[in-house]
Amino acid sequence: MWLKLLVYQAVVPYLANVFRDLKGIEMQTPLLEKLSILADSAKYDVSCSSSGGKRKNEGKGLGNAEGMGICHSYTEDGRCVSLLKILLTNFCIFDCAYCVSRKSNDVKRAAFTVQEVVDLTINFYRRNYIEGLFLSSGIFKNADYTMERLVRVAKKLRQEHKFNGYIHLKTIPGASEELVKEAGLYADRLSVNIELPTEESLQALAPEKNFKEVLTPMGHIKDQLVLVKEEKKLFKSTPSFAPAGQSTQLIVGATAESDRQILTLADGLYQNFQLKRVYYSGYVPVVTDSRLPIISTPPIIRENRLYQADWLVRLYGFGVNELLDEQNPQLDLQIDPKLAWALRNRHVFPLEINTADYEMILRVPGVGIKSAKKIVSARRFAPLTWEHLRQIGVVLKRAKYFITCGGRSLETREWDEEAIRRKIIFGEKGSRASLWGSQLDLFQQAS
Amino acid sequence: MYFYSYDGSFDGLLTVVFEAFERKAWPTQIGKEGEAPPGIFATHHFVPTQEDKANRVWDGLGKKLSAAARENVYKAFLWEQPGFEMLIFQFVRLVFTSAQQGVEENFTQPCVQKMAAVGKQMFREKHRMEAFVRFQRSQDGLYVAPINPDFNVLPLVVPHFEKRYADQHWLIYDVRRQYGAYYDLEQVHLITLEEAPPSLRKGQLSPDILTAVEPLYQQLWQAYFDHVNIPERKNPKLHLRHLPKRYWKYLTEKKPRIQAHQPIQNKQVPTAVPRLKA
Ligand code: SF4
Repeated sequence: MWLKLLVYQAVVPYLANVFRDLKGIEMQTPLLEKLSILADSAKYDVSCSSSGGKRKNEGKGLGNAEGMGICHSYTEDGRCVSLLKILLTNFCIFDCAYCVSRKSNDVKRAAFTVQEVVDLTINFYRRNYIEGLFLSSGIFKNADYTMERLVRVAKKLRQEHKFNGYIHLKTIPGASEELVKEAGLYADRLSVNIELPTEESLQALAPEKNFKEVLTPMGHIKDQLVLVKEEKKLFKSTPSFAPAGQSTQLIVGATAESDRQILTLADGLYQNFQLKRVYYSGYVPVVTDSRLPIISTPPIIRENRLYQADWLVRLYGFGVNELLDEQNPQLDLQIDPKLAWALRNRHVFPLEINTADYEMILRVPGVGIKSAKKIVSARRFAPLTWEHLRQIGVVLKRAKYFITCGGRSLETREWDEEAIRRKIIFGEKGSRASLWGSQLDLFQQAS
Repeated sequence: MYFYSYDGSFDGLLTVVFEAFERKAWPTQIGKEGEAPPGIFATHHFVPTQEDKANRVWDGLGKKLSAAARENVYKAFLWEQPGFEMLIFQFVRLVFTSAQQGVEENFTQPCVQKMAAVGKQMFREKHRMEAFVRFQRSQDGLYVAPINPDFNVLPLVVPHFEKRYADQHWLIYDVRRQYGAYYDLEQVHLITLEEAPPSLRKGQLSPDILTAVEPLYQQLWQAYFDHVNIPERKNPKLHLRHLPKRYWKYLTEKKPRIQAHQPIQNKQVPTAVPRLKA
């Protein structure tokens, strides 16, 4: 037997108590069913990131959540599976129109015990299925009653199981400041979902909620983040508070807001509440409701464009007002927002790649952050040629209309905006390349 | 024309570099002991591994390169693709002969480009292994995972798992290269199983080795995987790009289902066509 062999080679001491068996076979069906129901109703929350954790395994605990997050798998729709994303329960006293768990929806209901969530998390984690837990919940009884249970799961994982994996807790709108504070002691990330981009929409579709109830906990979290950061400077031993920060989600396409409204809101949230991420979730119809639009497919491309624009604002130095304005309140679905900006601002181009500033190189379509950095380092050694650019990873098909290399352009004639747009979308010869297929890449960086 | 051969170890390869510099006899090819020299006119040197010489090359690289760029030289060794020895040699030679600091960023040199590309490939495969390893728990409490990576990344992923699973025994076994990393709560040992069970290669350990609840957790994970999917957003192309088929064999969620998981009927989806009254 091969396991015996190992024992001889390295002497495996008997391993006690890392694992608690689930009692009895009769537990199996309910647990499987619960997991099915509560994963199914949690999946529309798109935020799956597990990055930004700083929890180190010091000593001999379980898990480590340093550095970048890992996608352990991908769903058939190509989304990252990083966390065990479940609801504690899908019982809910509210009746938000867009939600599968709404009170008036006739569905199977289920609820995990605190211990069940802990066991699932630990056992999935030990098998390297997940980076950690993302726990949300319908509201049962009231906000604090629900929040208290979410906090209890996190506390148990951290204290009893010395779990250092990632924990993301959803903050229930209306939960008390004390509970939010306690949640931050155990969670890596906290989030409060805004869901709908304006007060009016919220009023219409989620009448029990209002902006204030959502923004208040968000404000508490921010205050606490700032406070702990200050205290840490003085006392290294100050306990961490949600080290991976806070995030929120906006549903796109369920209500009439423009991309400009959405991105302006997001930008404001980044600045005023120190959000790490705003997630955009293309509306998937889950319930019939006369207040909701009838659509056959979720607005996946629009969602993708919003992510790209968000990226440009956070990492590429663009302002929302540069990407969208009153005349153009919607992002172009055919081309990415950087290319759209470049086409509207032809006077800025062409840039000479051997001399242009890093900040400007970032604005060239087809050049990502990595390529821009490489360009700036490499040109210290020798003037760059087109071949160098290709090797560095610049997408010349797009970039060539906007740059020169050693004073020369790859294009022999000037093309107007329309021509460039056509060539990039349909290819050089104007053939109808499969546009939607090639551009449909969720979470892809705009470059 | 010089053909150098070595024992196949990293130190051995660094010793070759040292010798080549000392003799000022630049190799046209480097190969493992026993490999056929290229053509009959090549002068063949077998270089026995000498740790002190290897160390001098390694330390020398440390003075001229960033830590990451030096690490990349080791990664190119683990890359194992045809010509990797010469690539390493050309890169090291460039580093030692150029006066400027930061040669690793001189992307105008083909070997610098190639090294960066190799580094990227290795990073990807390492990252994938960190994600796609799936442990199965044996009755002895050992967490076992077979892997079959395209490149030899096992040594690169060990620190990650050592930190993550500090309180459980685990074994990650490369079934292609036939060696594994075994962690015994104290440290990691590289081991070779004299008789690896066929079920390890197949990716599913046989039930008589596994702990009683292992099948339940595998089933729970499959159920979870099936239920987080949103059918309306199906995108097989993207799915395959992130999760290429060659990894499926060892992924619990991609193995046959004991029982099919039907989507929960919690939606009352509005249809675009209004229903006609009967
Ligand atoms: S409160 Fe949350 S779970 Fe309850 S109906 Fe509204 S969105 Fe759904």
